[in-house]
Amino acid sequence: MKKFWKLMLRNPGGLIGLIIITIAIFIALFGQMIFPTSPWRMVQRPFLPPFTNPMVTLGTDALGRDVFAGLIYGARVSLLVGLVSTTVALTIGVPLGAIAGYFGGKVDDALMRFTEFFQTIPSFPLAIVLVAILQPSIYSIVGSIAIVSWPPVARLVRGEVLSLRTREYVQAAIVTGQSNTWIISREILPNALSPVIVLASLMVANAILLESSLSFLGLGDPNLMSWGYMVGAGRTVIRQAWWITVFPGVAILISVLGMNLIGEGLNDALNPRLAKDSR
Amino acid sequence: MLKKFVLALALASVSPLVFTSTMALAQEPKMGGTINAVIQPEPPGLMLALVQNGPTQMVSGNIYEGLLRYSKTLEPQPGLAESWTISPDAKTYTFKLKQGVTWHDGKPFTAADVLFSIETLKITHARARNNLVQLDKVEAPDDYTVVFTLKQPFGPFIGIFEVGSMPIIPKHIYEGSDVKTNPANNTPIGTGPFMFKEWKKGSFIQLVKNPNYHVKGKPYIDGIYWQIIPDAAARSVAYETGKVDVLPGGSIENFDVPRVSKLPNTCVTGDGWEFFSPMAWMWLNNRTPVLANKKVRQAIMYAVDREFARDVIWNGLGKVATGPSSSAIKFYTDNVQKYPYDPAKAKALLKEAGYKGEKVRLMPLPYGETWSRWGEAVKQNLVDVGMNIETIATDVPGSNQKNSEWDYDISFTYLYQYGDPALGVGRNYVTSAIAKGQLFNNLEGYSNPEVDKLFEEGAVATPDSKRQEIYEKVQKILVEDVPVAWQLELQFPTITNCKIKNLITTGIGVNDGFRDAWIDK
Repeated sequence: MKKFWKLMLRNPGGLIGLIIITIAIFIALFGQMIFPTSPWRMVQRPFLPPFTNPMVTLGTDALGRDVFAGLIYGARVSLLVGLVSTTVALTIGVPLGAIAGYFGGKVDDALMRFTEFFQTIPSFPLAIVLVAILQPSIYSIVGSIAIVSWPPVARLVRGEVLSLRTREYVQAAIVTGQSNTWIISREILPNALSPVIVLASLMVANAILLESSLSFLGLGDPNLMSWGYMVGAGRTVIRQAWWITVFPGVAILISVLGMNLIGEGLNDALNPRLAKDSR
Repeated sequence: MLKKFVLALALASVSPLVFTSTMALAQEPKMGGTINAVIQPEPPGLMLALVQNGPTQMVSGNIYEGLLRYSKTLEPQPGLAESWTISPDAKTYTFKLKQGVTWHDGKPFTAADVLFSIETLKITHARARNNLVQLDKVEAPDDYTVVFTLKQPFGPFIGIFEVGSMPIIPKHIYEGSDVKTNPANNTPIGTGPFMFKEWKKGSFIQLVKNPNYHVKGKPYIDGIYWQIIPDAAARSVAYETGKVDVLPGGSIENFDVPRVSKLPNTCVTGDGWEFFSPMAWMWLNNRTPVLANKKVRQAIMYAVDREFARDVIWNGLGKVATGPSSSAIKFYTDNVQKYPYDPAKAKALLKEAGYKGEKVRLMPLPYGETWSRWGEAVKQNLVDVGMNIETIATDVPGSNQKNSEWDYDISFTYLYQYGDPALGVGRNYVTSAIAKGQLFNNLEGYSNPEVDKLFEEGAVATPDSKRQEIYEKVQKILVEDVPVAWQLELQFPTITNCKIKNLITTGIGVNDGFRDAWIDK
């Protein structure tokens, strides 16, 4: 574990990513305490440019709502959606992939055809359709992002499990009569974890982007302020008020970049070959 | 240069309204020129007796004519009828038709066309059918006289002869054929100042001057191109680049209105919607336990900052509604209980009503950015006074279904009022208009026998002073009861290049405005 952190921290990209996301998580957790005013409240005159009024540093939007407050509260929605939907996607994808890889044969065929069925549908349109049918809410958004993002997990885990299954320690466990569940959960999955963690960090970034895109199209939860919503609502007035769109856009960019950097760093840190080279 | 500056200064100091009207009087109309206008969306058809969509009325109102036109104060003015008399018992309306009027194909226009049109409209035009329920018979004693006889006096009757409500169509084209499938519908023939020339689907509709128009000297312009541009941003650009000179109300997004209005040589007016007088309100579902309480409904009226909505969301256009009737329609009174923005009072009323934070769903109108923003602002207003509001996102079919099935708590809408409370107001408050599965009636489920009785009496009372008295009474009761939360009398700004003069002269604005319009060169 110590070595992991050392490797992780040695990668400057990973370090930057870690810092960005730590700050974002801090804002998401404590932003509301520091900034108790609701982001929906009309606090100043509309279209107030940024850096003109110290009370609303980043200006106001079309209704006179504080853009800065929107950013703070949007962090919570974006991160929440990113983390929860990735967790849900993992809970679907990991067991499916493990079962397919471990048992092989017909089970594998059936599960992989099922997975491919989802993979053949372009993920963003599918997410739009799902949210539109289920009516936009935080639950339908998290659910549909999870549904479009689990297939790669399943495929990745299956591949890992397929290769690990032939290892001697796994064979030994089978010979000693351990149950399948025990072998999968105790022997195989812990060793297949590194690529999954890397993938998961990228999935969080992807989920943040998906949520923003949905909100941008007006399919966000109408009761929650999110960055994508801010961009979408500000887009139409971009010629008059650039700041309404630009600041949340930058927030999306930075947080997605941060998650990607973390993914890169994790990849480097967890890749045994790279780790050996650096020794 | 200096002269220009002084002129600009003088301009700035004079109220713009006064200035434009005196200018219009001072100048002689000039002949010639073609006007490009936006039509949005592309109309489904141009045969006005069959199709009454907004864009159809806008284009075809210049091809067809009604018996009467209506001023901005909704006073009847001569159209195809040059004079009219109403019998003392208010049951017989006699119209003298203008002589020498011809259809675009040269055939003469007579009373037979009017009779034919009325029979056709009763089948094809839902609103006309409703308007004519009190009609006993219509006759033509001679070629230029039409007499309507009513079963009982019906106050709003003089207000139903506008071109969109009762377009006069040519008998010689449609007689003996199925009006709905007649191929002539593709090349509409009317008596109006402009004749149909060409419709290139997805591109433009071209109308040309009717050289034999019955008002001598009119129209002034040679023709109109209605440009069809599907994207709102592209419509703004088309105006900025000079491709079009007229942006009728609703052509561009609200947020773009201030920017486009500030462009040089641009004139903006909110006039020309008086006949429709669109009024926005929130349905309050009187059936739900929370909103059944009058005090909660009144609290909502106090809680919502309607001036903010007008100034910020509608860019200052429109008026804060005082009650069920728009101030532009007949028998309006503002002598009713007032609901200024007063959050403290709203909180007190909610407390009195025993509201304990039950969840109330709010459904904005899914008609684009303006309405979404409005929903958000109102939600915040209500949250500020302690209500627990959840916004429901829907699309147009979803919203129509939820509204018509009464599956909502608070829901935004806007409706036309057609100049008279008997035509456009009563339908939203009388018990007989509660019908599940339908839209635009009494969706809120408000039922008050006294209100029912007053609306019934008001429709048939004579003379107008009696109607005034009845409708004032009913407005007072309704405003006290708050069956729905009235928001704004909407105005849809018409934006034109200032060289276009005299376009908006009637209560239906652009729809029949090109007759009097001219281009200053």
